[in-house]
Amino acid sequence: MKQSLLATAWRYTPLLLLVLIWEAGTRLGIISKWALPTFDSVAVAWFNLLESGDLIYNGAASLMRAAAGLGLAVVVGAVLGILMAWIKPVRIVFNPIVQVFYPIPKSALIPIMMLWLGFGHMSKIMLIFLGCMLPVTLSAFNGARGVDHVLIWSARSLGASWRAVLWEVITPGAMPEILAGVRTSIALSFVLLVSSELIVSREGLGYLIGWLGDGGVYNGMFAVVLTVAGLGFAADRLYLMLMRRLLVWRE
Amino acid sequence: MAEGNRLAAAIRVDGVSHVYRPPRGKPVLALDKISLEVREREFLALLGPSGCGKSTLLYLMGGFMPISQGSIYVGERAVTAPGPDRGVVFQHFALFPWKTVRQNVLYGLEKLGLPREEQRRRAQEYIDMVKLTGFEDSYPNQLSGGMKQRAAIARTLAVDPQILLMDEPFGALDAQTRSLMQEELLSIWQRTRKTVVFVTHDVQEAVYLAERIAVMTARPGRIKTIVDSRFQEKGPGLLKSPAFVEKVDYVWNLVRQEAIAAQGGKA
Repeated sequence: MKQSLLATAWRYTPLLLLVLIWEAGTRLGIISKWALPTFDSVAVAWFNLLESGDLIYNGAASLMRAAAGLGLAVVVGAVLGILMAWIKPVRIVFNPIVQVFYPIPKSALIPIMMLWLGFGHMSKIMLIFLGCMLPVTLSAFNGARGVDHVLIWSARSLGASWRAVLWEVITPGAMPEILAGVRTSIALSFVLLVSSELIVSREGLGYLIGWLGDGGVYNGMFAVVLTVAGLGFAADRLYLMLMRRLLVWRE
Repeated sequence: MAEGNRLAAAIRVDGVSHVYRPPRGKPVLALDKISLEVREREFLALLGPSGCGKSTLLYLMGGFMPISQGSIYVGERAVTAPGPDRGVVFQHFALFPWKTVRQNVLYGLEKLGLPREEQRRRAQEYIDMVKLTGFEDSYPNQLSGGMKQRAAIARTLAVDPQILLMDEPFGALDAQTRSLMQEELLSIWQRTRKTVVFVTHDVQEAVYLAERIAVMTARPGRIKTIVDSRFQEKGPGLLKSPAFVEKVDYVWNLVRQEAIAAQGGKA
C-alpha cells in the first residue's frame, strides 16, 4: 500500500516542480505579481475562502448542478442512444436532431438558457444536460451498433425475448463505449458549469471566480481556479476507478 | 446396418433459396433450392468450400434470418424465429464477455424459469461435463480458445436442446486443440444423442464426426451429394484406419471440384 502511494506521489512530482517555479518566479520578480500572485499568497487566500465558507457554499452549488445535469445527461443520453441503435423509427426521428445539435458549441446556448430559465440552478442544469447528453448518446449508439450479432443470436437461441436482448445483451455490450462517452461528458460538464456561472449566476465556483476577479482579489481568484482544476481532476480519477471496476471483465 | 423403422425427420428443409443482398452491390444467390432432411439423433455435416452457403443454411435453420423462399420444419413446426429447441455454437464462441463462465451457462437456464437451486446444479453439471471445473468464476477473457468453446458448448447444452447447430465450432482453434475438441464432442454426442448439424470446410473433420455428410456445391449452394460416413466405431484410432482414409479421399474428391470453382469465382 505504501509502495503504490509513493509511486503515485512520484508520478506527480512534475506538478510540484511547476509550483516551485511559480513560487520562485513570482518571488524573484521574473513573473510580474500583477499577472500571477505568489503561490503562498494564493494558498493563504484559499484557506481564507475555505474558512469563511465561501468556497464550501459555492462549491456545493456548483457540484450539485453539475451532478444533476450530468446524471440526467447520462441516463437520458444512454437510453436514447441505445434505442436509436435498436429501433428504426427512433433513429429516423432523432438522427437529424442529433446531427444538427452536435456541432453547436453549447456555451453559445448560455444566453438562451438565461432567457428561458433565469439566473438560478435550472439554467445551469439544463445547459449541462443538453451539452453532455450528446456525447453519451453518440457513444451509446455506436456501442449498441457494435455489439456482435452472434451475441444477440446466442441470447435468442437461449430463449431471450427481444426486450431481454436489449437490456441483457445490447446494453452491457455497449457499456465500454458508453462509459468512455461519459468520461468525456464529465470534463465537458465542468467547462459548461464554469462558463455559465461566470456569465449568468449569483453563486457557484464560476461566479466566485468572476466576483473575485472583478474585485481585484487575484490571489483568491487563482485559488478558486485551482480548486476547479482540482475538482475536475479528482472527478476524472474517481470515474476512472469506477470504470475499471465496471469493466473488470475486459482486462 | 439394418434400416428398420425410418427415423423421423428432426429438420426438414424444403426448396429453400436465399438471396444475399449486400448494402452496396448486386444481390447474390447464396442458396439454390436446397432440400434436405436431417434425421432425428443423427450427426449430419454440411461440408463445402468457402462461400457455398453452408453457414447461411445453418442460420436459416436457426431462425436467425427470414426464409424468403421454401420452408424449414423442425418436427411439426415451421421455423420462424430462434428458440431453445435449437441450440447454436458459433466459431468465435459468442460468450457474453461481461459474464463469468457460470453466469454464461446460467443465462439459458434462467430463461427456462427453473428454480434457483436447480439452475445452479445444472450449470455445474454441464461445466463439469466439458471439463471446466474450477473455472466457473473466470471471465471469457481469461480463458484459452479451447476453454471458451467448451464454455459455449456447456451453455448451449445446459438448456437441453433437441437439436445442436454448430457453425465451424473448432475453426478458430489450433490443430491440437481442435483434435481434442473433436474427440470430446464425439463422446458428448454419443452420450446425449442429440441431432447435430455441423458446418465445416474440413473434410477429415466431417468424415470423423458425422454419420452423413451433405456435400455442397460452390455458390450458389446446392446439395451436390450426400455421403454416408458411419463406421463400426468412432474414436481416435479411426483416423489411421484404411477405410477412413479411403472415405476422406473419396469425399475430398467430391469437394475438390467445388473448392476450385469457389476459388475461381473469387477472381
